[in-house]
Amino acid sequence: MITEVMARYGELSTKGKNRKLFIKQLGKNVEEALSAYSNLIIKAHRDRLHIELNGEPYEEVLERLKTIFGIQTISPVIKVEKTIEQASKAAISLMEETHQPGQTFKITARRADHDWDYETNEVNRIIGQAVTEAFPGIKVKMKNPDNNIRVEIRLDGIYLSSNSIKGAGGLPSGTSGKGMLMMSGGIDSPVAGYYALKRGLELEAVHFHSPPYTSPQALQKAKDLTEKLVRYSRPTTFIEVPFTEIQETIKKYVPQGYVMTITRRMMLRITDQLREKRNGLAIINGESLGQVASQTLESMAVINEVTTTPILRPLITTDKNDIITVAQNIDTFELSVLPYEDCCTIFSPPKPRTKPKLAHVLETEGKLDVEGMVQRAVDGIKVERIQLNQTQEAKQKAIFEDLF
Amino acid sequence: MIYFDNSATTEMALPVLDSYTKVSQQYYANPSSLHEKGETAASLLDQSRKRVAKLLGVSSEEIVFTSGGTEGDNWVIKGTAFEKMTYGKHLITTSIEHPAVLEAYRQLERMGWDVTYLPVDETGIISLIDLKSAVKKETVLVSVMAVNNETGSIQPIEEIGEYLKAYPTVHFHVDAVQAIGKVPVKLGADSRIDMAVFSAHKFHGPKGVGIVYVKKGKKLSPLLSGGGQEGNQRSGTENLPGIVSATKALNDVLQSASEDRRKMMEMITTLKHYLSQLNKVNVYTPETHAPHILCFGIRNIKGEVVVHALEKHGITVSTTSACSSKKQAESSTLLAMGIAKKQAETAIRVSLSRNNSMEEMEKFIESFEVVYRGFYGIH
Repeated sequence: MITEVMARYGELSTKGKNRKLFIKQLGKNVEEALSAYSNLIIKAHRDRLHIELNGEPYEEVLERLKTIFGIQTISPVIKVEKTIEQASKAAISLMEETHQPGQTFKITARRADHDWDYETNEVNRIIGQAVTEAFPGIKVKMKNPDNNIRVEIRLDGIYLSSNSIKGAGGLPSGTSGKGMLMMSGGIDSPVAGYYALKRGLELEAVHFHSPPYTSPQALQKAKDLTEKLVRYSRPTTFIEVPFTEIQETIKKYVPQGYVMTITRRMMLRITDQLREKRNGLAIINGESLGQVASQTLESMAVINEVTTTPILRPLITTDKNDIITVAQNIDTFELSVLPYEDCCTIFSPPKPRTKPKLAHVLETEGKLDVEGMVQRAVDGIKVERIQLNQTQEAKQKAIFEDLF
Repeated sequence: MIYFDNSATTEMALPVLDSYTKVSQQYYANPSSLHEKGETAASLLDQSRKRVAKLLGVSSEEIVFTSGGTEGDNWVIKGTAFEKMTYGKHLITTSIEHPAVLEAYRQLERMGWDVTYLPVDETGIISLIDLKSAVKKETVLVSVMAVNNETGSIQPIEEIGEYLKAYPTVHFHVDAVQAIGKVPVKLGADSRIDMAVFSAHKFHGPKGVGIVYVKKGKKLSPLLSGGGQEGNQRSGTENLPGIVSATKALNDVLQSASEDRRKMMEMITTLKHYLSQLNKVNVYTPETHAPHILCFGIRNIKGEVVVHALEKHGITVSTTSACSSKKQAESSTLLAMGIAKKQAETAIRVSLSRNNSMEEMEKFIESFEVVYRGFYGIH
C-alpha cells in the first residue's frame, strides 16, 4: 500500500554553499545502501529525498534508511489519484499501519493545486470523517495528536503521509573526508567509529594482528565489527597489520613498565603512515579518559608525541556505561565481549606505567629498529573490502543452508 | 505396509536423516570448545535456535533444546515446582495428560505438593468452571495438553490462557507434542502460554530431541546441572545432529502444514463416515478433534486383538498410546471420559501423518471390513 518513502534532511540544510555537495553525497549513499532493490526510484530534492517503492518492500527499505546518517525523519507516503474517495482510503490504510486503540489523530491538508474541487477545510473534514468511521471510538485532537496524517494536494496527485519516523541524524558519510579507525575488537572502538561516521567521516579500519598470540577468531571479530559499522556508512576498507614481530621485539627489549606505551606508539606510527599513504586526514580511536593505563593524560601525551595528525577521540569524556548502551544500540556489544585475546591484552605487563616519561621512552626506542619495524608492518598489510552481510555469521549461514 | 501409528512416532524424513548424517560427520566438534571447529558447531547451534524460534514465532532466547517431550514436560513441571516452592505448592493439571506429565505430577504429589487433577467431560474436554474453582493463592502451575494423544481431543487453550491472564504469576504449561503441525498453538508475547513442549520424532525428525519454549522472564529451576549449556537451563553436551535435523524437520512440516491438515482431515472424515455405518463400532474421538487421530473400538473385541488382526493385512495401528499399550493398561483418557473399563479395552487408535494417502485409507477400510466381518460372525 505504501507507495513512497520521504526522508527529510537534517542539519545539512543549513550548510550554505556546501549543501548541494551534501545532498548529492547523501543521495549516493542512499542509492548504494538500497542498491539491492532495483525497482526503487530515488530522487534527492532540495529539502527532501523521495523514494518511490515500485513494489519493493517498504519495511525493509525503511529499516535500511533508519541507519543512514544525514536523514532526520522518514515518513511513509501513499500517492493516489486526485479523488477524495481515494484519499480517504489511503488515510485509513496509513492509520492501520500505526494506530493503537485509544489514540488520537488529525488530518492536516495542504493544497498546492488551488484549482482542486475541495478546499483545505473540506478535505480535513471529509477525510477525518472517513477515518472516524473506520476506527470506531477514535478521537480527533488538534494539538499533539498521536497520528497526524498530512494530505498534500499537488498537480500530479494526492500525497498522504503519516507521522515521521526518527532517522539516524548526523551528516552524510563521506562529506567530512576520510579517517583511519583503530579497531581493536573491544567495546569502545566500534562505538568511536560509529560517532565518527555520524559526523560524516568515511572510515578505514586498522586492526593489529599478532598470530599465533591472537587467534583467527579475534581477527574475524574485528572484521565482523567493521561490518556492523557498514550499516551506517558504505562498504569499508579493513586493513590487517602484521604485528607479531613488533610485539615479540618489544617483549624482549623493553622494560615491563614501558611495554604498553611503546606498543601504542608503534601502532600509532603505523596507522599514521597508512593514513598518509591512503589520503586520510585523521586518526580515530576509542580512548576514554582514565579508563586504562594508556588513557591517562600523561600516557596520551607520550603516545601522541609520534605524530601531529589530528587524533579524534569521540569517547574521550564518555562513561563506560554510556558507551555500552550505545554499543548495544548499534549491535556491536555482543560481538565485542566475545572472549578472544587481542593484541592489547597479550604480553600486557601487570603494572604498566600510568605516567610514562618521554625521555625514558625515547631512550629505549633508540635501541630498537623502529623505522624498519614500522616499514615491514606497513609493507605487510592485507587490505580487504568489508560489505554488508559478509560477517562470519552470514557466511556460515550460507554454508549451513543445505542442512536446514 | 500401511503405517497408521504416527502419534506413537513417525518415520524420519530422508532429507532430515541426510542433515543428521552431515552434521554428525562434518560438525562433530563440541559447541563449547574454543577452537574453530567448536566455534563453527556453536554457530550452527545458534542458527538452529534462531530458525526454530522464527518458525514458532518467538525469540531465540526462549528456545531450549532437550532430549525429548518427556524431559521437556518433566523439566517444566518440576522446574516450576522447585523454582516456586517458596511461593506456593499447589499445581493443577488434567486427568488426561500424557504419562510424562501425569507421572511427574504424581511424583511431586508424593513429595508433598498439592495437585488438582481436573476431570474431563464425555468428550474429553476440561471445563473452565472446574479450572476457575481450582485456582487458588498457592497455585504456581497449570499444565494442559493441547491435543490428546489417544483421542485427538483439543483443549480450549486460548480460553484457559484468557482466564489465567488474571493470574500472571501462575506458569501456564502446554504439552504441544501432538499439536505441532496439526493444531495451531499460538506462542509469543500476545499468548498467555509460558511454556510449550515439543518432540521432534513426532514430526518426522530424529528421536531424542525435544524443544521447550520458555517465555522471556519466566524462570525454571534446571533439572540437569553441569556444564551450563542451553543458557544454564539444561546442561549436557548439545545433540547437534539431532537439533539441526529436528530444525529441518520442523521447517518442512510447518511449510506444508495447512495442506497436510486438510489431507489428513479428509482421510479421517472418510474413515469416520465408514465407521458410522457399522453398528458394533464405537467412536471415542469427539466431534471436534485434531486432524490426524481417530480412536474407536469394536464392541466386545479387545483392542489388542484388532491390532494383531490388522497387522496380518499389513496395517500398523495402536491400542491407544504406545506408552501404555505394552503394559496392557487400558486407556486412561477413555476412563477419564467416563467410559467403562471393559469398553475402553476395545479401543484402537488410527493416527496419520503427512506421509499417508487416501489410497491407504481406502485399503485400511477394506481390510477393517474383513476383520470386522470376521468378528461379527463369532459374536
